[in-house]
Amino acid sequence: MAGILVYALHDDEGNFNKNSLGALSEAAKLAGELGSEASAIIVGDVSDDAAKGLGAYGVKKVYRAKDVPEGLAQPIVDAMAKVMTDNDISYALFGGGLLGFEIGAGLTARLNAGVTMEVTAVRAEDGRLVVERPILQDSQIADVGYVAEPGIIIGRLNAFDENETGGEAEVEDVAVELSEWSSKAKLVKRGEQRGEDVNIEDAEILVGGGRGLGQAENFKMAEELASSMGGAVAATRAVVDAGWYPYAAQIGQTGKTVAPKLYLAAGISGAIQHKVGMQNSENILAINKDQNAPIFEFCDLGVVGDLHKIVPKLTDAIKAKKGG
Amino acid sequence: MKICCLVKEVPDAAVEKRIDPETKRLDRSGEKNLNPFDTHAIEAAMQVKEGGAPVEEIVAVTMGPDSAVRALHKAVALGADRSVHLTDAALEGSDVAATGYALAKVLEKESPDLVLLGQQSDDGECYTIGAVVADHLKMPSLTQVIKMDAADGKLTCERQAEYGYDTVEVELPAVISVGDAINEPRYPSLKAIMGAKKKPLDSHGAGDVGIEPDRVGQSGSRTAVLELRPPPQKEAGEIIEDEDTNETVEKIVVWLDERKLI
Ligand SMILES: Cc1cc2nc3c(=O)[nH]c(=O)nc-3n(C[C@H](O)[C@H](O)[C@H](O)COP(=O)(O)OP(=O)(O)OC[C@H]3O[C@@H](n4cnc5c(N)ncnc54)[C@H](O)[C@@H]3O)c2cc1C
Ligand SMILES: Nc1ncnc2c1ncn2[C@@H]1O[C@H](COP(=O)(O)O)[C@@H](O)[C@H]1O
Repeated sequence: MAGILVYALHDDEGNFNKNSLGALSEAAKLAGELGSEASAIIVGDVSDDAAKGLGAYGVKKVYRAKDVPEGLAQPIVDAMAKVMTDNDISYALFGGGLLGFEIGAGLTARLNAGVTMEVTAVRAEDGRLVVERPILQDSQIADVGYVAEPGIIIGRLNAFDENETGGEAEVEDVAVELSEWSSKAKLVKRGEQRGEDVNIEDAEILVGGGRGLGQAENFKMAEELASSMGGAVAATRAVVDAGWYPYAAQIGQTGKTVAPKLYLAAGISGAIQHKVGMQNSENILAINKDQNAPIFEFCDLGVVGDLHKIVPKLTDAIKAKKGG
Repeated sequence: MKICCLVKEVPDAAVEKRIDPETKRLDRSGEKNLNPFDTHAIEAAMQVKEGGAPVEEIVAVTMGPDSAVRALHKAVALGADRSVHLTDAALEGSDVAATGYALAKVLEKESPDLVLLGQQSDDGECYTIGAVVADHLKMPSLTQVIKMDAADGKLTCERQAEYGYDTVEVELPAVISVGDAINEPRYPSLKAIMGAKKKPLDSHGAGDVGIEPDRVGQSGSRTAVLELRPPPQKEAGEIIEDEDTNETVEKIVVWLDERKLI
């Protein structure tokens, strides 16, 4: 059997992660092409109904490891390694996200497997899976194959779409013995929200602020520009980690995914992990003083210059235009 | 306590990176530098030491060709006490699985209490080496850590995961990859730069650290690059250089107006 196992991540309320659900649908499609089956694995206290419900995304079977805690990678590596070995499963697939990287990497070592990451597409070829992985800041696409199975595939954020086809999965509870080192990390607090709760998902116009703003106080400038256009302000992880702006405003791999009519990036380099959260914006305008910044590779209008000079004048000009 | 920092030599950010179409590997000619993300790992080690934890030694460890010695010198200039260079023709072309295995073997020999890495290599961008190494070493691990306090044989770490910030307690020995927001790396002093070449540097071949030859190099890798191609062309955006800001702003407003965005 050449099955595919997908890790379905959930939050403390039991809601499944959208990218995990996308990975389930992708696995179901690929399993069809390989002539095998896709299954899911969940850990923690997930109800029977929620577990069965994953069948709606095309998986026939859900393995549930109730005693394995959710939220840290290594206990889940123990669970997935056991399920893959016991059931002779050839591939593990992860939707985009931080935990998928860590679990996938751990499994690679544990199962002596091959691993690919930041994968944007997968296809079956001669009974094996082949992946597409953009490299060197998306300037090249590599087709990568597995020399031997098992193979670990870590998807890029939003690479796989959810496809609800209906149906129920069979649930099998598995008992997993944790390895000694897996119990040596403990989650003390999960999912802490830092900073106020802001709504950026409903905004048609977003001004994204990055490290180029220089300091927390300069977010005022971004807020004034956004309000001149009736929009909201978003941020990169770099500035959120630095405490300059609330986590709820973060765009990207471990933040939100948005697609406004306008995304105006001010002082943002355009790293892949940021790009994946905003690349589907209808219009992207970037202001950056470094002409080699990656953001200039995928924006619609790029302005090479100092945002401290440009942004205040732009705000005034927009206000004047609207007023007149 | 002994801390090992994994460091890598990467092409300088200003050099355009390209793939050699013959070998399908990164063309490594041209200017090179210490992976900038790894300077945060060394700085984190220095801060543990200066924070009062009993750190006997900080060791920089790399796997790479002869030239990678320069990355080790830079790491020593930033504060490492000595360095270890794993280098062997048999390791060339190793993929993530093979690299992680080989690094774990060289680390086993050092038996550190803490292994620190950067959040990503500037060229490979795999984000995974830390967790691969950790599982081989049978140590707990965490990646993308932006705050780390060491006390009583354990670390209290913070990092951003899918639902917000997580706080995690990790027992030592452990493998931690640090995010670039964890600290502001210091500049090396001229004296440290000059003295770096005089600090001890051990060089090991694959056999010296017990690496099984069939698990490394291109032949021992579990993945293979089949083909490389450019991505679908996106229509290039318009670029304005800001010379006269009033003019620039006028052009931006016209652009926004044409698209009915204001
Ligand atoms: C696993 C993982 C997950 C991640 N998740 C996310 C995520 O969810 N979201 C996210 O955003 N990032 C994420 N990152 C981080 C990401 O890789 C980048 O580090 C981050 O996006 C960079 O933020 P930035 O553009 O603000 O900063 P930088 O990359 O430092 O860019 C600042 C830019 O500002 C420009 N600049 C400086 N001064 C001026 C000026 N005066 N005028 C104009 N321009 C100026 C500079 O030229 C530079 O291009 C993640 C990384 C990893 C490894
Ligand atoms: N060849 C290598 N030698 C030593 N350390 C490495 C090597 N490759 C990667 N690393 C470490 O692993 C981190 C993450 O790299 P990567 O998983 O390739 O993005 C880097 O920041 C380095 O600290």
